[in-house]
Amino acid sequence: MSDPRDPFDPGEPGVPLEPGVPLEPGEPLGPVELNVPESARRLADGEWHRLHPATPFLRGGIAFVAIIGVIVVNARDVFLDVIFGGGSRELRFFERFAESSLLILAILAVVVILLLSVGGFYLSWRMHTFRITDELVEVRSGILFRTNRRGRLDRIQGINISRPFLARLFGAAKLEVNVAGQDANVELAYLGSKGADDLRLAILQLASGTRAAEAAAIAGPAALPGVGGLVESRVNELLAPELDPNTAPPESIVRIGIPRLIGSLLLSGPTVFAILAAIGIITTVITTGDVGWIFIILPGFLGLAGYLGSRLTRSLRYSIASTADGIRVGYGLLSTTNETLPPGRIHAVEVSQPLMWRPAGWWEIKINTASQAASSSSATAKTTLLPVGDMADVHRVLQLILPSLADAKSRELLECGLAAGAHDDDYVTSPKRAAWLRWFSWRRNGFVLISDAVALRKGAIWRSLVLVPQARMQSVSMNEGPLLRRMGLAELRIHTVAGPISATIGALDRDDVVRFFDEVEHAAVHAAGVDTSHRWRSTGANTESPAPTTPEGQA
Amino acid sequence: MTERLDLPGAEWRGVSRKYTIVEAVGLLITGIVLTVATSIPTVLTGIQWLAVIPVSLGIIFIINIALTPRRVRAIGYMLREDDLVFRRGLMFRRVVAVPYGRMQLVDINRGPLDRAVGLSELKFVTAAASTGVVIPGLPEQDAEELRDRLVALAESRRAGL
Repeated sequence: MSDPRDPFDPGEPGVPLEPGVPLEPGEPLGPVELNVPESARRLADGEWHRLHPATPFLRGGIAFVAIIGVIVVNARDVFLDVIFGGGSRELRFFERFAESSLLILAILAVVVILLLSVGGFYLSWRMHTFRITDELVEVRSGILFRTNRRGRLDRIQGINISRPFLARLFGAAKLEVNVAGQDANVELAYLGSKGADDLRLAILQLASGTRAAEAAAIAGPAALPGVGGLVESRVNELLAPELDPNTAPPESIVRIGIPRLIGSLLLSGPTVFAILAAIGIITTVITTGDVGWIFIILPGFLGLAGYLGSRLTRSLRYSIASTADGIRVGYGLLSTTNETLPPGRIHAVEVSQPLMWRPAGWWEIKINTASQAASSSSATAKTTLLPVGDMADVHRVLQLILPSLADAKSRELLECGLAAGAHDDDYVTSPKRAAWLRWFSWRRNGFVLISDAVALRKGAIWRSLVLVPQARMQSVSMNEGPLLRRMGLAELRIHTVAGPISATIGALDRDDVVRFFDEVEHAAVHAAGVDTSHRWRSTGANTESPAPTTPEGQA
Repeated sequence: MTERLDLPGAEWRGVSRKYTIVEAVGLLITGIVLTVATSIPTVLTGIQWLAVIPVSLGIIFIINIALTPRRVRAIGYMLREDDLVFRRGLMFRRVVAVPYGRMQLVDINRGPLDRAVGLSELKFVTAAASTGVVIPGLPEQDAEELRDRLVALAESRRAGL
């Protein structure tokens, strides 16, 4: 184990210096030449580094604020009593307490607890180190129970940088490297805000298989900001757009206006349900004259308000743009997040339209990725690629995530897939006898192969189009039960990694399903053979990938 | 009733007939346990109509056991050039095709009943949980050969996730 270098003065944990900007020059570089600023190259040099000094405070941030809040509120009461001579019972209790010898003991206990927790925080910060090599990213942490987590760079499913509001004030950011698997992310919390962006670039470049010849190092050594410049740079960071203009094309390809965002939320399922519930309750109140009914739905409404509020702030300042290392999606007003999905990490795409959005012509895009978050709220955020957009936005985003569908023929098929009603198009749809099972949608219910993706079109009321890139398909199956058999129908399922989208289409003619099953399977085998997106920049890379052992276990 | 869902011109490799015993004994044990458990209320309370539950359960299990040989014959797999195809089910037919390159790992399991008649169960795992390819009733030797063959095939056709 190499000695973790200590680039900042631990005596002043409040000074948010950029972490990992060691002052001593002349470290050997890895075999991969990185085209990133000096600071990030330092962090990605394969040695062990420490995190931002404010990390313990930010991790325990909420508890800390709560404790301070309690102390302040109590102190204020005592303070007011002393000033205005209230002489309440509480104050007399404090006086008596102060006279007794217990006071010294209490103060001692507080001091010891403070010292212990500060010492614990400091130790945990010292023991929390990470390193990034050309092959993997590794984090070690813990004082008594040591954890060691590694992720392979060629299995990266996405890199997420989030900045909770408190962390933003300190100029810190959390970098999450997602590898395939349930909750299999390597988390670097917290890093310097600017450093995090550069580090992501460095990791992506390492992962992409860029070779030395391609890169020409830029960027001089990052100068440490003086204290005067510090405030200014903090303010600049807070106001800066979520996408770094140097590393991404500055303009997002989709803009969600505030009116559209609010409209989409008001017309979403939960809101409509709540309005119906409200009407029902108001009617009940008027007819029975008992106001108590209102309190029954009050908790529900508070919950709904919270849900809508969080969706609103999350979708504000939404941006999506293409970079050399994948798609970058950013959002958030106070707490911001931006995620980079390298090419070929999207396993399924669903373009769908809730009923209420139809008059406005809005659509939503969801995706399946191989990395899944444990908490459901962050999972929804991660799987929703476009919260709301019109047809033009949908086409722009689809072109970004499935670039092979850009030609005119594919575009036409996509438009057919999203259009209403039945047309004479290339989609193979359900036969008339399936109308018993698909009352409204049997004319629409169908599938087609578009370029190198499989498209499944479903639903007449809740319209949706599921696209699965053939190179990402895991397997394909056809099923039938007794009812379907009697009707000469069958169901086709395309298996992808787990996510909100299930690529299943039922009630299709049996012969069509058998034919399509074969077609899809051959296409999938072929597509998997020519796919090199796990090392997306090394052209003509060998298709071999290392053994599927990520994430490696805890040591 | 029309014929079942199948691939045209497929040559399926069946599983060992001995698997019928494993299936039938397993069903028999479950059936007896469930029938006995559900008949306890009738015996204790003496209410006659409660006996409907154990009786109907018993009939379902008897039909199921009678159908076991046909169900076992319906299980089949096929090693094609680029993929493994697996079929099972009588009432609910399911045909799955998995490209070899998608293999994440192969499991071989032996339950107590399997061990008694010398059979193994081979599980082919991909990144998608829904793939669900489990080939039961393979003689131990065959299962190990098939595993090695699948691993070798997967090695030569490696693909990313």
